[in-house]
Amino acid sequence: MDNKNIMIVGVGGQGTLLTSRILGKLATISGFDVKLSEVHGMAQRGGSVVTFVRYGEKVAEPIVEEGQADVLIAFERLEALRYLHFLKKDGVVIVNDWRIDPITVVTRVASYPENIIDTLKASRKTIVVEATKEAKKMGMPKAFNVIVLGAAARHMGFAKESWIHVIETTVPEKTVEVNKKAFEIGYGLSV
Amino acid sequence: MAEKKILLGNEAIARGAYEAGVKVASAYPGTPSTEISESLAKYDEVYAEWAPNEKVATEVAIGASIAGVRSMCAMKHVGVNVAADPLYTAAYTGVRGGMVLVAADDPGMYSSQNEQDSRMVARAAMVPVLEPSDSAEAKEFMKYAYELSETYDTPMMLRTTTRLSYSQGVVELCPREEREDIAYERDPAKFVMMPGNAIKRHLVVEARMKKMAEDACHFSINRVEYKDRSVGFITSGIPYQYVKEAMPNASVLKLGLVHPLPRKLIEEFASNVDRLYIVEELEPVIEEQVKSWGISKAVGKEIFTVQGEYSANMIREKVLGEKNEVDTPAQVPARPPILCPGCPHRSVYTVLNKLKIHGAGDIGCYTLGAVAPLSVIDTTICMGASISTLHGMEKAKGKEYIKNWVAVIGDSTFMHTGINSLMNMVYNQSSGTVLILDNSTTGMTGHQDHAATGKTLKGQVVPAINIYQLCRSLGIEHVYEVDAFDQEELTKIIRQETKRDAVSVIITKAPCALLKGVKFPNVCRPNSDQCKKCGACLKPGCPALTRNEDGTISIDETMCNGCGLCMQLCKFHAIEKTERN
Repeated sequence: MDNKNIMIVGVGGQGTLLTSRILGKLATISGFDVKLSEVHGMAQRGGSVVTFVRYGEKVAEPIVEEGQADVLIAFERLEALRYLHFLKKDGVVIVNDWRIDPITVVTRVASYPENIIDTLKASRKTIVVEATKEAKKMGMPKAFNVIVLGAAARHMGFAKESWIHVIETTVPEKTVEVNKKAFEIGYGLSV
Repeated sequence: MAEKKILLGNEAIARGAYEAGVKVASAYPGTPSTEISESLAKYDEVYAEWAPNEKVATEVAIGASIAGVRSMCAMKHVGVNVAADPLYTAAYTGVRGGMVLVAADDPGMYSSQNEQDSRMVARAAMVPVLEPSDSAEAKEFMKYAYELSETYDTPMMLRTTTRLSYSQGVVELCPREEREDIAYERDPAKFVMMPGNAIKRHLVVEARMKKMAEDACHFSINRVEYKDRSVGFITSGIPYQYVKEAMPNASVLKLGLVHPLPRKLIEEFASNVDRLYIVEELEPVIEEQVKSWGISKAVGKEIFTVQGEYSANMIREKVLGEKNEVDTPAQVPARPPILCPGCPHRSVYTVLNKLKIHGAGDIGCYTLGAVAPLSVIDTTICMGASISTLHGMEKAKGKEYIKNWVAVIGDSTFMHTGINSLMNMVYNQSSGTVLILDNSTTGMTGHQDHAATGKTLKGQVVPAINIYQLCRSLGIEHVYEVDAFDQEELTKIIRQETKRDAVSVIITKAPCALLKGVKFPNVCRPNSDQCKKCGACLKPGCPALTRNEDGTISIDETMCNGCGLCMQLCKFHAIEKTERN
């Protein structure tokens, strides 16, 4: 198998770190060599964040470069568009259909692009998930990221049971049930 | 079989220190080094602490080493500058127990004010440097660093970079090596660095570096991988991974020890390859030395940048001329970092913005006050500089000039080096106003305790240094504590104190909105009927607020922390604070 290159992108504070760690752990216990790259510090404060997960027989560099991602998981529309060119031509983007205005839009220096979902669809295979809306509906607004992960799970080659097992052993104990439920919802959405 | 775990580079560095039998570790938090200490603190066998600054942390490690145990200090690259004073002389004294300073560089400046290369400092200080290239090596190199430290009687530097510190990789765990403490023996010729002794120690340092450079030709961490000999790379650290990714069939000399350099090994490698490239992020530290030996075929910064991070694509492009055919990136609005919803700094900056006051800034989340829409911070240089630069402005231009200026510094940064600058203000009769934004934590690095929070790195509850009393004890008469969210009171006191012809300190208090244990029972809700669409609530740029198409506003309740700043700014009572559902 060629190395799998996954990117998780979003807005600082949306939980890209937790999500990439779930995936990293899953790939590790599945016997792969794994490298993850994260963002800490100032960028986490509401900025655009990206984490990389690579797994396979032997992984050298810990980053995913332009045109090399198999899967792009985006917690926000604009961030999906920002990193779309990182995807391979046959790569897939899983996007949370949710808008968070960057400060440049709030202060009217820039405007939020229209029709992002259509742009994504015209370029790459695109799976749209209403994760934030679903999570709110379920009364667990913060678990939207695991819903998105659930929707992306089918594109990463691991069994559903393995995902559930890793979630159980990775997320804080108090949130295990919520996160398992969120994963199930996401997994169901991507059929 | 040994347990395998996926560890962050920083966690692996801590694991290496633990396995090496380190007993004492001291550090000041700083991205990308913070998690080393947080991770090390979890081992019961290791004493780990937050020091007020990197100079103190390094001296603590030196003391522990002199006392005969293995010790460590960790810091970000700019922290090495603060630690430079003890470091340079520790190279002269050498060690008793092994000592390692971990320096975390930040190529690409993800969270830093400059992009300096710690290897340059190490060369000037004559301290040997190890550079691992993944988590597994980070752990092993730490252990090896202690061996070298004791064998060559020298403090060591282990250099990491943001990409290594914040990458996770698979690491095999080993047991801790329990070591006997080395007995104390008085040795002033080695440890009392007055001129008569230091002159002799300087000779020791020179001889040590020369010997290590020769021995390093046989160190297993300096590894030659011969493959296709038409192209050879000399590289180290994370760039090694980029080289392997880009050109897996090329020959590589991978340096684990990047200072001092193994000259013979490099010369031999250079003579065995047709084309030779030196791949190192930031400064041409290896390259300049290699070229100074007359190896003229070496190519480095002629084609590789001194700025930012490298990548496999970059190496393919520069060396092979292969341009990666990718889509043009979409033109999208930038999303720079911003202050969080419910951040107390936003409230203080709203007042400064309203009063048209300039801020001499400092290092922390509050640096973000430099950008629109708040735009109140005019300068940011280094830790503690806010107070001293304001003092310098006054001495240059007089008291009146700084009547619309304040120094802005966080509680942790104040304890780091701000206190020295404040002492200078008192001593040299400044009239400046200092705002200490006390959010009860070291915020930007992810919530570390410090001397004024009342808790140690190990979680022990201790008496907190009282910042108010500390300032009063310097003889400053006008010291205030104000609720950071009280717009009226803040406005009154800042107006009053900037006019005063004497130094004053205003401590604005409210915990960081992300701090563990801080509860947000309330949310702010707009009442569209009373909204006059004036936009006053939007001015501070809280990310929870958005303007609707009809000009009224919406507040995202999952983001809102109910701080009530927007409510205070609304003259028409169109926002109310209510209990969260």
